[in-house]
Amino acid sequence: MTDAVMPAGTAARKPSVYTEALKEAVVTAVLVFLLSIYMVGMQTQANQGQELSFVTQFRDVFWACVLVPAGRFLVALDRQGMPRPALFGGAAGFLYLFGIGALGLAGSLAYDNLPHPFDEPMVNIIFGLGGVYIFGVAYNGVRNRRHGALNVDEREVREERRANWARRMSGILGPFLVGIAVVLPVIVWVSPYNAATRQVVETLTLILTYVMLGWGLNIVVGLAGLLDLGYVAFYAVGAYTYAKLATELGFNFWECLPLAGCLSASFGIMLGFPVLRLRGDYLAIVTLGFGEMIRIVLINWQAFTGGPNGIGSIPKIDFFGLPFERFAPAGKTTFAQFFHIDFSTIHRVMFLYYVILILALVTNLVTIRLRRLPIGRAWEALREDETACRALGINPTNTKLTAFAMGAMFAGFAGSFFASRQGFVSPESFVFIESAQILAIVVLGGMGSQVGVALAAVLLVGMPEVMRELSLYRMLFYGMCMVLIMLLRPRGLLAHREPTIQLRKRGYSA
Amino acid sequence: MDWFPYFLQQLINGLTLGSVYGLIAIGYTMVYGIIGMVNFAHGDIYMIGAFHAMIMLLVCGALGITWVPAILMLMLIVSMVLTAAYGWTVERIAYRPLRGSNRLAPLISAIGMSILLENYVQLVQGPRPKPIPPLIRDQIHIMGGDNGSFLVQITYMQIVIIVVTIVLMGAFAFAISTTSLGRQQRACEQDMKMASLLGVNVDRTISLTFVMGAALAAVAGMMVTLYYGNNDFFMGFVAGIKAFTAAVLGGIGSLPGAMLGGVLIGLIEAFWSAYFSAEYKDVAAFSILVLVLIFRPTGLLGRPEVEKV
Repeated sequence: MTDAVMPAGTAARKPSVYTEALKEAVVTAVLVFLLSIYMVGMQTQANQGQELSFVTQFRDVFWACVLVPAGRFLVALDRQGMPRPALFGGAAGFLYLFGIGALGLAGSLAYDNLPHPFDEPMVNIIFGLGGVYIFGVAYNGVRNRRHGALNVDEREVREERRANWARRMSGILGPFLVGIAVVLPVIVWVSPYNAATRQVVETLTLILTYVMLGWGLNIVVGLAGLLDLGYVAFYAVGAYTYAKLATELGFNFWECLPLAGCLSASFGIMLGFPVLRLRGDYLAIVTLGFGEMIRIVLINWQAFTGGPNGIGSIPKIDFFGLPFERFAPAGKTTFAQFFHIDFSTIHRVMFLYYVILILALVTNLVTIRLRRLPIGRAWEALREDETACRALGINPTNTKLTAFAMGAMFAGFAGSFFASRQGFVSPESFVFIESAQILAIVVLGGMGSQVGVALAAVLLVGMPEVMRELSLYRMLFYGMCMVLIMLLRPRGLLAHREPTIQLRKRGYSA
Repeated sequence: MDWFPYFLQQLINGLTLGSVYGLIAIGYTMVYGIIGMVNFAHGDIYMIGAFHAMIMLLVCGALGITWVPAILMLMLIVSMVLTAAYGWTVERIAYRPLRGSNRLAPLISAIGMSILLENYVQLVQGPRPKPIPPLIRDQIHIMGGDNGSFLVQITYMQIVIIVVTIVLMGAFAFAISTTSLGRQQRACEQDMKMASLLGVNVDRTISLTFVMGAALAAVAGMMVTLYYGNNDFFMGFVAGIKAFTAAVLGGIGSLPGAMLGGVLIGLIEAFWSAYFSAEYKDVAAFSILVLVLIFRPTGLLGRPEVEKV
């Protein structure tokens, strides 16, 4: 509403900036009250006799009902052209609440003496982070006002520049990241911090497993545009294949790997054949259902899969026939003996790391090459326009099926690696949240972007590992970050989703 | 006629379960119909509804209210209102800013929201399951029970669930087909841009869709709280998936379809557990979904999608 379009009389009755902001704050206060009065204000507890009772925590409700509307008030003022209170208020709120929360986490006595709105230090920190948001909104507003808001054309130009930047970054970042991945474990090993080598390398191995899964799913979601919510099912097939073959038939890792891949791929084809004719969202639910079905079968088919207990004591990986053991089994030389070095458990950890690195890079390489083959082009074409593809004689079902099988195969490889690393598989590892995590990695990375997927995997898998100390709050932050990253960059971290090949434009008439 | 009593009992159980699924499925199908996204957090909204109902039950106990109909009404209204606030907030925070971006962005945001809500409830209410004392214990004896024949009975709770569901469905169908809000909703469903050109407040309509979906999920949550009496923060996940399956089975976007799908999933589950194996009941539900989708790709009551080039 600008004054120009209002009739002359109403201008006088236009409410002041403060009244408007206050009104918004009151509405927010009511909402926060509704959200928190029962959920936060009354904490239910069951005692030993299984009797339910509740304790009231109205102090937390009160402070939530003060702080959130206060923030809303500042944001509303900023929107009316008064950014200064939001800038200072946001910054002050952040510094105080975050500071006090950090003191509390550190177990400092000062925490009890200084006034703190919430008893839990962590909750103070979360509300402090809200201050960052307010500050950010106001700062952005100031910058936009100074340079003038962007119109649609300018925004498009900016988007394009960003996409170009992303592409260039991917070009530089890719080899750089691979280099880091190759040397990082060695650096950690020779560095003064080598006591932490095992932990670091194991975390890196976990991240790389997800990078590989992300790249595998990227073929299905990013290239072929099929929404697969049950990717973890193929991962499970790979893992159980390895577990069964290794424990019962005595196959070693390298023999199992291709078999696990093939079996996963055939599962992909079996599932894909009936359902790939369906529209996108139906495919999503069917794959989700398939993921759950595999898990239920794994839990209940006691005789074959070991039920909820899973399969244990899976043979560990060996170095092309040389086991990583302290004492050589009969008739074998250990890795350490063969190379005349001292035995260390770190050797296996390192070897596993490089195995998954190579597997992941193979996945990447295959994907990149496939994109340039007719089948890869067909995937991307299908993603963009299925009807046009049909008209041009591409068989959509077969094309989708290949993408599905490819993705499933890489999941099978990764699953087989997972089983050999853990030495133990159980249905617990293949729950829906894993599928969601892998999909989140692909989407956050910017669908179709290989480097973006790797970065997102580092972020999403590494972050909970780093925050392990926050235990209960870890997954809360995880969910929050997923929402936030989507809100800030809905197209992914490094998004450039144009086709790999396109017709050159010929002037304006094209 | 030996089989009949057992069959009848499973039918009653299945219908009860199906009513709950149907109520949740409506939230999915409405949101899908209007903005074409799968609201992954809807199962957790249902869980939050169940928790609100449970707390209201405890508050009633603390306040000394003992008249059962009053307790039921209070639980229903309070849990609907408070859960609707959650539905509104989730839409406002996580989905509205993403309207008009690519199709997967709101889905990921919804998955994030689902994780967020589950862990939030785990933090504020504790991770342990909550045992809830039964409020209504009596049942009606229908047939059998004497000289070794199978006893068939329907509990009052089951009657309450089925009746409340039918009443709400009726009210809801009436609201969608006759009120101005319902008209606005259908207009947005057909063509959002055109509706907004004709003066429909699209944002408000979508918000209200979420509010209604959340309120119905809260009713489902309340009834499950009283029926099974065991709430935990993770209960929304499986129920959410099943309800979404129900919505797809009935034809996503179609309200009678959601209800039909819910009842069917409930029946399949009850009969499969009774006649085959309880462990594989979810497998049965999903298999039937796949079968239906192969032969009727738009679900049972869904309209065929017109392919636009």
